[in-house]
Amino acid sequence: MEKNDLTAYNQYIRKKWTVLLITLGLFFVSVVLSLSAGSASLSMGDILRTLFGGGNRQENAIVWNVRMPRVATATVVGIALALSGCVMQNVLRNPLASASTLGVSQGASFGAAVAIVCFGAGIQVNAGGAASALTVTNPTLVTLCAFLGGITTTAVILALARFRGTSPATMVLAGVAISSMFTGGTALVQYFCDDVMVATVVYWTFGSLGRAGWSEIAVIAALTGASFAFFYCNRWNYNAMESGTHTAKSLGVPVDRLILVSMALCALIASVAVAFVGCISFIGLIAAHIMRRFVGNDYRFLIPGSALCGGVLLLLSDIVSRVLIAPTVLPIGALTSFLGAPLFLYLIVKGGRGK
Amino acid sequence: MIEIRDIHFSYPDAEILKGVGFTAESGEVVGLLGNNGAGKSTLVTCLNRIRKPQRGELFIDGQSAFQMSRNALARTIGYVAQKNELTRSTVFDCVLLGRKPYIKWSVSQEDLDLCHKIMERVGLLNYQMRYLDELSGGELQKVMLARALVAQPKLLLLDEPTSNLDPRNQYEMMALVREMAKEQGFTVVTVIHDLNLALRFCDKFYFLKEGRGYCYGGLETVTPETLAAVYGIKTQVLDVQDRKIVIIE
Repeated sequence: MEKNDLTAYNQYIRKKWTVLLITLGLFFVSVVLSLSAGSASLSMGDILRTLFGGGNRQENAIVWNVRMPRVATATVVGIALALSGCVMQNVLRNPLASASTLGVSQGASFGAAVAIVCFGAGIQVNAGGAASALTVTNPTLVTLCAFLGGITTTAVILALARFRGTSPATMVLAGVAISSMFTGGTALVQYFCDDVMVATVVYWTFGSLGRAGWSEIAVIAALTGASFAFFYCNRWNYNAMESGTHTAKSLGVPVDRLILVSMALCALIASVAVAFVGCISFIGLIAAHIMRRFVGNDYRFLIPGSALCGGVLLLLSDIVSRVLIAPTVLPIGALTSFLGAPLFLYLIVKGGRGK
Repeated sequence: MIEIRDIHFSYPDAEILKGVGFTAESGEVVGLLGNNGAGKSTLVTCLNRIRKPQRGELFIDGQSAFQMSRNALARTIGYVAQKNELTRSTVFDCVLLGRKPYIKWSVSQEDLDLCHKIMERVGLLNYQMRYLDELSGGELQKVMLARALVAQPKLLLLDEPTSNLDPRNQYEMMALVREMAKEQGFTVVTVIHDLNLALRFCDKFYFLKEGRGYCYGGLETVTPETLAAVYGIKTQVLDVQDRKIVIIE
């Protein structure tokens, strides 16, 4: 066969690779920008020099001990949320699926509220500034309870879906019901506690990228990396799922198993992320939608593309949260919702035809 | 050659297939005929294990299809669904998806070459970079056919492949299926409602009535008596220009 016969297709594939490379470039730019944003004035040149081992003691301390953990948290949490949104939207055949649609985030928030109020894991301390006035005294307990809340939600949804034959519609409906239940539960917990407790719970739900240390980052990174490997190995199965479950089954996809394992992994990485940094909405929902506009529904490109896009979005949101009214750091969860909702509306208005 | 033996399928509250079976040679086109609810689509989806029959067997060239792995089954049986969910992908990507049972880590040159060959054969080469939602119904069905054929199956299952097409596209689609079945030697089992289309393009006819096979055979089985028993309608079966046609009274 003539080589030219496949020219058009090869060009089309090259375009998608180019989009991925540009997103990767944007990711590195966002990392450097994020490292250079903060109260200590370090130029881009200082940051790059420090990253390549040429910084002085102070620069090394600022970059590696203060800012890098925050950047790493934003990266892995952004990737985790984006991956979970991307894959949930595929297996649930629902473009609005994400950790918050299924109630995973609400379950995690409820878990955190229970830890703070019922198990005494949070208290207000006296200090200046709105956010710094509140702290969680037992972050491990809050994280554990948040994780249990998130994973319980998923287990209930998966059990219900299994009982009903793993129908995507059943899963979303179950998610809506359970999310509503947990939101009500969190409100009830807050209703019966004092002002200090309410303030602590609210502070936790704002979300903060400064909470996670290297050990937490390692946990999220390991789980997200393993999940990414699973998702990427199944990229052709997800492509087949786009054509409907009957066609997917006829192409050899173990549909029920794929839905269950994918959902379990999505819920795991999303609830671990929520447990460590609090509620961060919209990243999981919009990252995949943005990348779909550039690489289409081909999961060979959409999975890595969404992951990178999630990292970029959370890094940029974090920069905005730190520089907008510096030195006050705005709550990242509130900011992503504030910026994410209009962006999502724009994507809807612009039309859902991602190429 | 395919041999379908004693397929039984039930939902918890209803028995749909009550022992269905027939044989067909390579290159033959078998029309599955019967009223709505007779079990035609269920039979098709049982044959490629989309639904799991409680009993029965399918042998393809002497091999039990139900003992095959998912991938081996997907390589052996091609399927075009009644309704296709459209995703935002190109014709080439959609056809390439049909090679999924063969693709290991990356797409091989052989996969790409086969897609190209099949698209050329079914007349899709000029549309290869068009998006599926920009195609007409007839073009879309050709894409779905190409996706099923690119796996080089021994059995092709079609679930009402012409239901949404105009008469010209119906005839073109069935002519293409028949031509390719003869040319490449795979067996076709197709659910079809248009009796005249079936008479024109099918070699054999399997009439299903309430989950059971009513009769099976060549053109001689299509008689007013059979049609009255299966569909409950009065018909005339006429010979016009060496072809049989059915007129419903």
